[in-house]
Amino acid sequence: MNADVLIEVRGLRNVFGTQVVHDALDLDVHRGEILGVIGGSGAGKSVLLRSIVGLKGPDGGSIRFLGQDTTHLGAEDRRAIDRRFGLMFQDGALFSSLTVLENVELPLVEFHHLPPDLVKDIALLKIALTGLPLDAAAKYPAQLSGGMRKRAGLARALVLDPEILFLDEPTSGLDPVGAAAFDELISTLRNALGLTVFLVTHDLDSLYSLCDRVAVLSDRHVVVADRIATVENNPDPWIQACFRGPRARGARAHRPVPAPVIPGGFDGNSR
Amino acid sequence: MAQKATVSWIRTNGSATLTLAGDWTLANARDLAPAVAGAAAMRPGDHCLIDAHQLTALDTTGALLLLRALGDSPPSFSAADVQGLNPANLALLQLVTARHGQAAPARPVHASFVRLLERIGGAIVDAWHQARELLGFVGMMLATLGKVFSGHRRLRLTATVFHMEQTGLDAVPIVVLLSFLVGAVVAFLGATVLRDFGAEVFTVELVSYSFLREFGVLLTAILIAGRSGSAFTAQIGSMKSREELDAIQALGLDPIELLVIPRLLALLVMLPALTFLGMLSGLVGGGLVGVMSLDFTPAMFIGRLHETTELRHFWVGMAKAPVFAFLIAAVSCLEGFKVEGSAESVGRHTTASVVQSIFLVIVFDALFAIFFMELQV
Repeated sequence: MNADVLIEVRGLRNVFGTQVVHDALDLDVHRGEILGVIGGSGAGKSVLLRSIVGLKGPDGGSIRFLGQDTTHLGAEDRRAIDRRFGLMFQDGALFSSLTVLENVELPLVEFHHLPPDLVKDIALLKIALTGLPLDAAAKYPAQLSGGMRKRAGLARALVLDPEILFLDEPTSGLDPVGAAAFDELISTLRNALGLTVFLVTHDLDSLYSLCDRVAVLSDRHVVVADRIATVENNPDPWIQACFRGPRARGARAHRPVPAPVIPGGFDGNSR
Repeated sequence: MAQKATVSWIRTNGSATLTLAGDWTLANARDLAPAVAGAAAMRPGDHCLIDAHQLTALDTTGALLLLRALGDSPPSFSAADVQGLNPANLALLQLVTARHGQAAPARPVHASFVRLLERIGGAIVDAWHQARELLGFVGMMLATLGKVFSGHRRLRLTATVFHMEQTGLDAVPIVVLLSFLVGAVVAFLGATVLRDFGAEVFTVELVSYSFLREFGVLLTAILIAGRSGSAFTAQIGSMKSREELDAIQALGLDPIELLVIPRLLALLVMLPALTFLGMLSGLVGGGLVGVMSLDFTPAMFIGRLHETTELRHFWVGMAKAPVFAFLIAAVSCLEGFKVEGSAESVGRHTTASVVQSIFLVIVFDALFAIFFMELQV
């Protein structure tokens, strides 16, 4: 079981000034799953994501990421870890002075000495994988819609073939049709590429249709992390308000039949 | 760590098999790319099979390279054609095959001479549009200013005083210091050159004419264009990018009245005041150099100033200050309104605002010089 835990957060503590955001927070992310993290506004979902990927040093506790304790890593080891995950920011965080194609090519150019035509081919493939029309490749981020920027951000996050993908509110700001299409895209990519996905979201529809497990962040720690059917029945008042509210009823009504989860089932023998 | 990847063709009677081995991943792509190119060149024309029993890893880059090895017309990768590949990797291969093959759009490439002409034409049209926009905006400013003075629109006194403090009072130290230094430099230059002719005493006229007529107002206007003009553009621009300007209009308010008129009035009052200070400190700087290196006494310097320099030079300089103030306010506020969406756009328009307002200030200064020369004042 332990070999299947990609990320292990133990006793995480994060403090801003006098405000304690996380205290004694424990969380495991298993290989091959899509883990959804939900919580009220200001519950520290994004801070948790930033702590795990190393954008913010935690004020206490430990984070084991891909088998290494990342809280006390040197700069070079840190960079080696950085190349093994992909991170999609809320609005893509594309470099505005580069075209979409150049944005996606950048990590390849920086880290791998490949022939230019192969670099371009790989980048275009990633752009096509995220469902962007290819004429978007030559455009600048400012010329794209919000949904297209998210897809381009996803293409850049995927370009180094990461083992784990972090998504910060991938469906926020998208229309319902676009959000559903994005959920489906994540699911397709996870199945084909054998990804592990860490998803921070507000979107109940995403939780029901996409996530294998759901972690609820409330009162500075993870209240519960389990299959959504189990999470729904947790007596925590915030969970009850969230999953028994009128919006959850709609999301639940359209829940697809959950696919059986086989641990490690999507990564084959290759990783 | 990663196993070396290899590729080779094996021909048995009538069919060819592409044998893959090792890690077909991004980490191996560099070594694999030439091998793949070689394999693609040797591809037999007939139906071929793929043997992936020794394949230890496959990612999207590896799948892409496999497609390249198979040349222009990749097979459908049905399970019968590909042996020894696990279902997950087969699914990956099929997805990559489905999404790849859409040709990249060709970028339009112009002949360089046509492109040169196109850019020249574009720049001229741009300049024409900008001039028209500026004229239109100046008209709107004047119309709104007229309504404010005739009582049809409110004068925002608090905002005006706030901007007077920011653009005027807070700029006093830098304007005074810079004018003082330039005054000293001009006096020093004059003294050095005029000494050869025994005419050091004309240094006083040099400093007083240049500062009263030109440098006092020009230095101040350029400083204010860089300091306050850029601030105006950035303030209004960031409001525009956060849709605050749209909110002002949706509330039935007038952004020109609310944002532009206070800034314009503040500059119209404060730029002449700063110019006056600039002239004074330039004269002081020149006088100090005169006293220290030319053996003038302060009384001699002031006396000669009185004798030789008429008051009209002062008024020539001062008359230009409100015009420059109007130019700076118009250009910087207009550039703020032209900002679109991104933070990058705010930066671009702030730069454009400073460049344009300094450019216009100097052009108008040259026009004024000709005008006053013809008037013989």
